[in-house]
Amino acid sequence: MAKARINKEKYGLLFIAPFFITFLIFQLYPMIYSFYVSFLKWDGMSKKVKFVGIANYARLFSDQIFIKTIANTWIMWLGGVIPQMILALTLAVFLNEARLKGKDIFRAVYFFPNLVTATSIGILFAFLFDWQAGSVNKILMNIHLIKEPINFLMSENYSRSIVSLTSFWMWFGYSMIIFMAGIKNIPEELYEAATVDGATKTQAFFSITIPLLRPTILFSFITSLIGGMQSFDIPYALSRGAGDPNNATMTMVMYLYRTAFVNNNYGYGAAVGYALFLIILVFALISFKFINRNADYE
Amino acid sequence: MKSNNVLKENEKITAIKPIKSTKVPKQLGSIIKKTLLYIALTALAILCFLPFFIMIINATHTNGEIATTLSLTPGSALMVNYKRLLESQPIWNGLLNSLIIASSVTVVSGYASALTAYGFSKFKFKGNSILFWILLGTMMIPTQLGMIGLFQLVKTFKLLDSYLPLIIPAIASPASVFFIKGYTDGAISESLIEAARIDGCNEFKIFNRIVLPLIFPSVATMSIFTFISTWNNFLIPLILLFDPKKFTLPIMVMLARGTYQTEYGAVFAGVAISIIPIMIAFIFLSKKIVGGLTVGGVKG
Repeated sequence: MAKARINKEKYGLLFIAPFFITFLIFQLYPMIYSFYVSFLKWDGMSKKVKFVGIANYARLFSDQIFIKTIANTWIMWLGGVIPQMILALTLAVFLNEARLKGKDIFRAVYFFPNLVTATSIGILFAFLFDWQAGSVNKILMNIHLIKEPINFLMSENYSRSIVSLTSFWMWFGYSMIIFMAGIKNIPEELYEAATVDGATKTQAFFSITIPLLRPTILFSFITSLIGGMQSFDIPYALSRGAGDPNNATMTMVMYLYRTAFVNNNYGYGAAVGYALFLIILVFALISFKFINRNADYE
Repeated sequence: MKSNNVLKENEKITAIKPIKSTKVPKQLGSIIKKTLLYIALTALAILCFLPFFIMIINATHTNGEIATTLSLTPGSALMVNYKRLLESQPIWNGLLNSLIIASSVTVVSGYASALTAYGFSKFKFKGNSILFWILLGTMMIPTQLGMIGLFQLVKTFKLLDSYLPLIIPAIASPASVFFIKGYTDGAISESLIEAARIDGCNEFKIFNRIVLPLIFPSVATMSIFTFISTWNNFLIPLILLFDPKKFTLPIMVMLARGTYQTEYGAVFAGVAISIIPIMIAFIFLSKKIVGGLTVGGVKG
């Protein structure tokens, strides 16, 4: 009987095997292979493969475009995520507290943009902000805020802002739903106790909601960081893959794609990929540390 | 409706605290507050929907109309735009391709993730918890990291332009496994499995006939997310597909935009075709989708 039982447990290994075999073939092997390629000068097709050591990595530091793509990625991510988190938190508090009719409808409508194909959204926003045919310029002119249409997509700052705005618009509803669930988990008695002690709603928000919601905020922040550093679809669609104007909306992944798959420089493209991974890893760890250290003070 | 609601609330307040005498200004204040809140929430909801509204409206207008006026009512050029779009992109073909890929991925990922989740949840083999941590760790790896290696791998096996390399990797979907395992832990009891074993069921039969139907609600929830994210996937198909007939919907919409730089109507029609199916699906599934989000989210 005992022996039969041990044999049964081994079926578990059989059941999880497909996952790990697939992971090894389609994720781990390609990762290791990319790492190997990052030490080569190779166009991906010919037999002309040259080992160049760390030259590809050294080149990253002097490559002005790559450095600009790091800055672009960060600026566009921060420009989206900060208002996204603030609005999501505010909405979550209001929607959770008040007994509102149609709460579910608001929640669903705010969340919907998150589900839509990002490339389609990118194209849609590019058209909305078009210089000649864009609805945004028309609306602004109709209410007499501007006299001449603004050429948003030819300005570095405006086009970066549009990428931020687009991702903000796509993601605030998602963050809001996550925060609402987090707030629901905070025991009601804490708020009751605070009210008895004469705390205002604002005080309760800053001394109960925010501290207790920290793990949820951290979770949202880190997933957003990981996603934001990999940003591709929206800026690609917005700039027709070019990262225009003057590479201002070119993200790290767009640069990786262009280097490897458009310009056929596989070695350097792989190095860009590993630099991206390193950036994500370092900053994810820093955010973990930062939040944990703050927690220790309490 | 609204005033009714406010009234009810105030009745409750009076019922609980009948001592308070200065109620009138407070009531007025809360009505104003609530109205302002509704106005703000509604305005935000309009902003969420407005781009889609403009998309649908503009898909029915001529390029001249789109370029010169701000239209709020539908025009008559829908068919013209649609035909123009079809001249460059076989958009329904793209829709079918996306549908084939997304459905296959959903089925493959759903079944494999349920199997993996069951393996982790109910079998105490050696290394169970370490392997589960590794599985969770794989979620942190950006897909782009192995992109060059994946391309070379697929090329070596002569599978470029095949849908297999877009479908098979879905066997390893860590987020689905995580979600379904959480459900399996609670939904399947050890005694049920023991009883089936005593009845002579083999392990695969137990999974297929007994476990899978019981954990199916969690598989279904996860399937919605898998389907939508596959439907929206752009980068990996862009790299692995070269035959224009095999392109997915997002790639075709991108190409239409490249071809018709100033033919806004045609591109709007393409964008609308890619978005409207998701809208319709969301109308029916919104409760499940929104609910599914929080179950996964709170854990983190």
